[in-house]
Amino acid sequence: MSIDIAANPYKKDFPLLVKHPDLAFLDSAATAQRPEVVLAAEREFYETMNANPLRGLYELSIRATESIGNARKHIAAFIGAGEENYRDIVFTRNTSESLNLLAYSFAPTVLEEGDEVCITIMEHHSNMIPWQQACKRAGAKLVYLYCDENGQISEEEMQKKIGPKTKIVSAVHVSNVLGVENPVKRLAELVHAQGGYMIVDGAQSVPHIKVDVKDLDCDFFAFSGHKIFGPMGIGVLWGRHELLDAMPPFLTGGEMIESVSEQDAVWSEVPEKFEAGTQDAAGIYATDAALTYVEQIGLDKMEEREAALMAYLAERMEELPYIEVVGPKDPAKRYGAFSFNVKGVHPHDVSGILSGENVAIRAGHHCAQPLLLYMGMHTCCRASVAFYNDKHDIDSLIDALDVLGGMFNVK
Amino acid sequence: MSNSTTTSIYSAALMDHNAHPDYKYELEDATYSHDGINASCGDEMTLYLKVNNDTNVIEEASFTGHVCAISQASADMMAGLLEGESIEEAKRLSGLFIGMIQGNELSDEDKEDLDEAAELQSISRMPARVKCAELAWRTLNGILSERDKELAGK
Repeated sequence: MSIDIAANPYKKDFPLLVKHPDLAFLDSAATAQRPEVVLAAEREFYETMNANPLRGLYELSIRATESIGNARKHIAAFIGAGEENYRDIVFTRNTSESLNLLAYSFAPTVLEEGDEVCITIMEHHSNMIPWQQACKRAGAKLVYLYCDENGQISEEEMQKKIGPKTKIVSAVHVSNVLGVENPVKRLAELVHAQGGYMIVDGAQSVPHIKVDVKDLDCDFFAFSGHKIFGPMGIGVLWGRHELLDAMPPFLTGGEMIESVSEQDAVWSEVPEKFEAGTQDAAGIYATDAALTYVEQIGLDKMEEREAALMAYLAERMEELPYIEVVGPKDPAKRYGAFSFNVKGVHPHDVSGILSGENVAIRAGHHCAQPLLLYMGMHTCCRASVAFYNDKHDIDSLIDALDVLGGMFNVK
Repeated sequence: MSNSTTTSIYSAALMDHNAHPDYKYELEDATYSHDGINASCGDEMTLYLKVNNDTNVIEEASFTGHVCAISQASADMMAGLLEGESIEEAKRLSGLFIGMIQGNELSDEDKEDLDEAAELQSISRMPARVKCAELAWRTLNGILSERDKELAGK
């Protein structure tokens, strides 16, 4: 590998990491840190264009409205939807809300009793519970695609589970536990052949992989800004225009109407139809800035560095005989997330003790309880990397695990 | 982000109770048993009590389950503490312990009554682990309040 992971030219961009120089932050899959430019953008919005977007007819409000439009254009281009299709970008609070929007507004338009919705066993609860509920409401069946111990879903499994009754396949693009990339393009092909629709949960893929929704040929794509260095509270839903257009609104109220009478209302067009109430315009503006930051560094460069970090992490983990790796052994198959258990030590104790050593990792069920049960465990630990991590962070993790091994006598 | 709190939680006593719990077994002739779930992680514990309902004395307490070191050590300390105590005393100790974990200061006398369990006081400064320390005690409260209801119904 030609990448120097000991050097870290990126840390200085992140105020929290600068303030905590001894912290090994290895939980970016839960939420990333934000660079100074994102924090500055949030402030800039309030200082220079704060007014309620859409409502006012004066200069400030027009600027606020424009900034939201620009963010839509940027996001549409970023995920390969095409800048010209920016009005198919709907803002929500997070990926969960984007998926709920689909489960409430889209699912009833296609699901009938006896139909099937197909998801993978590695879904985050946010792409599982909305479908459990949607299926219950429609009298439909929720069908699971199972993976092998390396997190791979076979062609045979996909062929077996996707059939004439399948109206929706909703799959996580990259698993938050296993880090594997799912064959969403193939799933789209299979479900389209049956006349159904493809939804992709991109919360964990957008920060690591160049996404092209046209190439994936999916019908909807959801992700969250906070995992790609934007502020918390901004979710995105992209959908094919004709589908969004035909769907009823999810939440109703201000800003999502064309006209209102005492007993009825006419909806606004897409995307406003799905954006009831005042949006977090400053957050949207800052999300735009986060994408600019990513583009300036280059997503491909980030991906390369993350792959090098992941390879080093996997190599160092092998030194510790008491580590049980969860998911693929091949680090090249992991985007960001490395899950593991320490033999005989509860993950909460692992993360608690690591915290004492200034190493932040996630422990628990990772909002993927059915996946962990399927893999034969209740909980596990997860170290996740972003491009702003370095060799030292991983060495700190290994040193801390070594301390833990001594404390619990698991050597 | 100081090291002291997290590491000090894992005291020698806690590590010992975790590694060699005296009371981790299924109590075959339990009078009461109750499942407790730590909602923050999904960990489950079953608590067993053998109570002499004539004298209202807990004769034996034990637990089972796959839980973290803090939950396990706390349960083991509790089971040892409860043995031979009256139901009323168990309720008082539970109040003291949960109060302590919620941040109440205890008198030296109360600390003495909680014995080793008083050492878990530092967990009150770690909100993420409060539920772990409380799990056994909250499960105990579940048994005791159900018992109260049963007796009131008779």
